[in-house]
Amino acid sequence: MSGAVAQPWSGVAWAGVVRADGGVQTRKMTEDAGFSALMAASQGGDARAYQALLRACVPVASATIRRQGVASDRVDDVVQEVLLTIHRARVTYDPARPFLPWLRAIAQRRAVDALRSYGRTSAREVADEDAYLNHPAAASGADEELGRSDQARLLAAAIATLPPGQREAVELLALRERSLEEAAGVTGRTKGALKVNLHRAIQALRERMSDGPDA
Amino acid sequence: MGRMPDGARYFALIDQLAVGLQPVRPLASPWRRTVVWCGAVVWVAGMFALFADFGALGHRLAAAPDMWASFAGALLTSVCAAGAAFTTSVPGRSAWWALLPVPPLLLWLGASTAGCLRVQGIGWTAPEPPMHAMACIYVIVMVAVPLASLLMWQIMRACPLRPALTATLAGLASAGAAAVVLTLIHPFDATYTDLLAHLAAVLVVVFGVSMAGARAMRQGRD
Repeated sequence: MSGAVAQPWSGVAWAGVVRADGGVQTRKMTEDAGFSALMAASQGGDARAYQALLRACVPVASATIRRQGVASDRVDDVVQEVLLTIHRARVTYDPARPFLPWLRAIAQRRAVDALRSYGRTSAREVADEDAYLNHPAAASGADEELGRSDQARLLAAAIATLPPGQREAVELLALRERSLEEAAGVTGRTKGALKVNLHRAIQALRERMSDGPDA
Repeated sequence: MGRMPDGARYFALIDQLAVGLQPVRPLASPWRRTVVWCGAVVWVAGMFALFADFGALGHRLAAAPDMWASFAGALLTSVCAAGAAFTTSVPGRSAWWALLPVPPLLLWLGASTAGCLRVQGIGWTAPEPPMHAMACIYVIVMVAVPLASLLMWQIMRACPLRPALTATLAGLASAGAAAVVLTLIHPFDATYTDLLAHLAAVLVVVFGVSMAGARAMRQGRD
């Protein structure tokens, strides 16, 4: 046995053990023990088991998040938050205890956080129909160059508003194209933390830029 | 069969998280970590014990059972609050653990109040000078801050999903431990000014650690 893979998109979680000959023996991951075994292997550093585990977690997390009342168009974002939390919290999982309550607790909490965040945003922001109607159309021709420079300025401004950890990750990994090892050496952070920060930063920038004038 | 989610986004993130995955050692159980923190408390108490007058302490505790109860209440509150803080920082553990320190906290508050009323009933004790009360606040805060810092550092190695709750428990644990240490060097009956000073110090610690700790935990996610 050299690892594990999963096919989580069929509505139920599937996991498979990769045999030594390269074949994959799949089985339904309806039992907690399957998740626990994959997590135990992940804690040991088995990347393929970890991929299989995270993929198998998606439908469980998705269902839990929906049950909490998160709107359908926001479920994907919250699932990603759950995956990031699993990554950060994997040291807290005790292989002697069931896995699914651990996973569901994370999913429920992230769903509650998302609902609160959405509630706060809704309370602070109002729809401005006039501003939308008066919004200039996308630039074309000679104006495109100007538009691009505006976009670069907006991106720089958006990066400047990121939390320090995320900004650092974007600057080192994306803008200066440093390797994870180099960035970890410069910042003193772990590679995992840098990856998580970069992912969060990209997500935040995507959201902020999609609200921008050229979206 | 559920709706097909945006699989590409998940796959990209999952692959990113799995690249270069390092082995991790699961954290010790919450109660084992509590024991480690209590070891630090014992060490700090040992430092203060060098300046303690154990003869006077023994006489006072023997003469006033409410002081024993107050001491035991503070000690148990500290241990239970630390255990509850560690437990609630682990995903999947019930938030009801947060109620664990409530009974010893009631014992601590009740015994301290009873001691204060007993002293008032005697009628001959003078109120403690304000400078003395300030010294108590100072000792409690100064002892609680490093213990709270250690506790928060230990807790943040886990994944507190309820930062405010966990940080409040950490504050209570630190304040209780500081009150225990204070008893070693301050084995006196509690006048009402004394009691108010202790209460103020404990509230300052709990509130401060709760605010700062919750903020640190939320920032730690980034």
